[in-house]
Amino acid sequence: MSDQAAVAGWAERRLTGAHLLVANVALLGGILTGLLQGLEHAGFEFPASEYFLRSYYHSVSMHGVLNVLVWTTFFICGFLPFIAARGYGMPLASPRLGWITFWVMALGLVAAAVPLVGNAATVMFTFYAPLQAHWAFYIGLTLVVVGTWLVTWRLALSQRRWRAQNPGARTPLPAFMALVTMAMWTLASVGLAASMLFLLIPWSLGLVSGTDPLLARTLFWLTGHPIVYFWLLPAYLSWYTLVPRQAGGRLFSDPMARGSFILFLVLSSPLGLHHQVTDPGIHEGWKLFQAFLTFAVFFPSLLTFFNVVASLESAGRARGGTGVFAWFARLPWGDPSVAAQLLAMLMFCAGGIGGLINASYNMNLIVHNTTYVVGHFHTTVGTAVTLTYMGISYWLIPHLCGRVLWSRRMALAQSWLWFVGMLIFSTALHELGLRGMPRRTMISQAAYLQPGWSGLMPWVGVGGTLLFISGCLYLLNLLLTATVSRRAEVPAPAFAEAAAPAEEAPALLGRIRPWVVVAVVMLVVAYGPTLTRLVVTSQLNVPGLRVW
Amino acid sequence: MKRGATVYLYELAWILPSIAIPVGMLSALLVTAFGAGIHVPSTAGRVDPARLAETAPFDQPGVVQTGPLSYEVRLVSQVWSFTPNEIRVPVGSRVTFIGTSRDVIHGLFIPSANVNVMLIPGQISRVVARFDREGEFFFACHEYCGIAHHTMGGKVIVEPRS
Repeated sequence: MSDQAAVAGWAERRLTGAHLLVANVALLGGILTGLLQGLEHAGFEFPASEYFLRSYYHSVSMHGVLNVLVWTTFFICGFLPFIAARGYGMPLASPRLGWITFWVMALGLVAAAVPLVGNAATVMFTFYAPLQAHWAFYIGLTLVVVGTWLVTWRLALSQRRWRAQNPGARTPLPAFMALVTMAMWTLASVGLAASMLFLLIPWSLGLVSGTDPLLARTLFWLTGHPIVYFWLLPAYLSWYTLVPRQAGGRLFSDPMARGSFILFLVLSSPLGLHHQVTDPGIHEGWKLFQAFLTFAVFFPSLLTFFNVVASLESAGRARGGTGVFAWFARLPWGDPSVAAQLLAMLMFCAGGIGGLINASYNMNLIVHNTTYVVGHFHTTVGTAVTLTYMGISYWLIPHLCGRVLWSRRMALAQSWLWFVGMLIFSTALHELGLRGMPRRTMISQAAYLQPGWSGLMPWVGVGGTLLFISGCLYLLNLLLTATVSRRAEVPAPAFAEAAAPAEEAPALLGRIRPWVVVAVVMLVVAYGPTLTRLVVTSQLNVPGLRVW
Repeated sequence: MKRGATVYLYELAWILPSIAIPVGMLSALLVTAFGAGIHVPSTAGRVDPARLAETAPFDQPGVVQTGPLSYEVRLVSQVWSFTPNEIRVPVGSRVTFIGTSRDVIHGLFIPSANVNVMLIPGQISRVVARFDREGEFFFACHEYCGIAHHTMGGKVIVEPRS
């Protein structure tokens, strides 16, 4: 694996580092707002002020955008090209394109951040029309999406270069996964792009006087569900190709890993309607159809579960573990990068099952827009994804900076604190949701506050505080690593070898283009009739409002 | 070869239940949807949000009796209130909610009756619920709709049958 060290040279490292810097600054804003919101739910008055956060809802809008749009997207766009270069064993095509991409995304971020921070875009990260943000918010977010397309383009150029140099060989698994993730996202993001370009941007600029809220919302969710796989697949990439080796074992099956990623490519997009189960104007037959596809996408998640656990078992047994489950304790829990990601996986077991409940068509009537959903996505994007990215950062930042991690013990404590904090936080929110508490609401001030909620509400604040402390420890550790820690060349972990190698897979599992075609067909079948009807009957007659 | 075959068997032993679990859950879902008749909101037509005052049934929001123990609630939502915000029906009533929004997206959430539907300007929402328990039950707007979103709610009062 010596060739891996040679590539991803300083050019790629600096590029990745720039993305990670932006991601972590966003996370700082995300956890700070999160703390205040958690305390609000515990009964403390929200500290609104005209200098920083104007209202609870200003805070929630910042929290959502910074965490799930900026932290995730910038981390992914830094991490995946880095991994792809190491997977190919060659530098990626055009570092210049890489930097153009970064600056397009950074420019977009600044354009969106100015109105967001200035309370001119207090529309949540879902920006449902006819709530109308400043036009710079929509244009900025669109530029960030365009930036992600450029990442896809650069990976595709690199794949072509690698293919020319290695005719007939299987694409290395890490590069394959990076490319599939970006291909899936690029296809899925057409909904968001269409909504921005044809509806929201002209409307916010005043070029048209009205918009169609249901059409905008449907286009948003066409992208809004697959975006969770855009966050999740890079975490899976780490669980499949890095963690087994970090833990001292092998990947169980390369073909099965490829197969699951291809299924994610095909099945991630045609199921966003399960976020709109309670919407009028969309026929329940199509809601049921997409609920069915949501269950189908559970299949590659179960394959991932099996493959990753089997890989970890090989590691646990190689380290002297025995028994049916006891080997799990033998995994290298003292390594913060591994421990963080193992805890992320544990939390994801609960998150995955909760997700099925949300998507279960008529069961959604009980949980939709309640804090149950908030509890759910804090176990998934808030832990399975975020804690995995943190675990990756614990080797990636030292590697990029050429300095050892400042404190392993602090990193371990941070990981456990996140896990325990989230357990408290999300359990309380799940239960409050089942007791009828709506989400995205300044609940301590609600006109309909219920006595049955009061016993649980303090726990939201307790969990949120633990998460805030954990997040601060994480950022402090990285900051000290990057500035004052001992200088040393820290190698990035090598990729795991597979017990069942790529060559055992059918050739079709090594290709991407045919599966992109299948994904497009699936998208057209699942969304075509509904979108066609919504477009044909659309009336652009709802004016924008700023009611915050 | 032998090791390869073992891996393959393990893969198969996992793949089959991985298919069976989602299929089983889907079957349960189909039974509740079509056997027990628990439906989700569907298409119910469009309305011009600027002309609600002239468009039936939203020109006269309120509760209307449509038969024995059968009621219709014509509901208009706006920042930050429901019209009507107090709904009285006798216990055992079957209530059809026909609602929409005058401005931004709102939601109607009555946890005690599993009523959960979005109110979107331009769209008509239609859901049916039964109220089989006496008492006062809150309802809330459960979609962020601006600075006073948390004040937007109301109550259903289920009265003894007279």
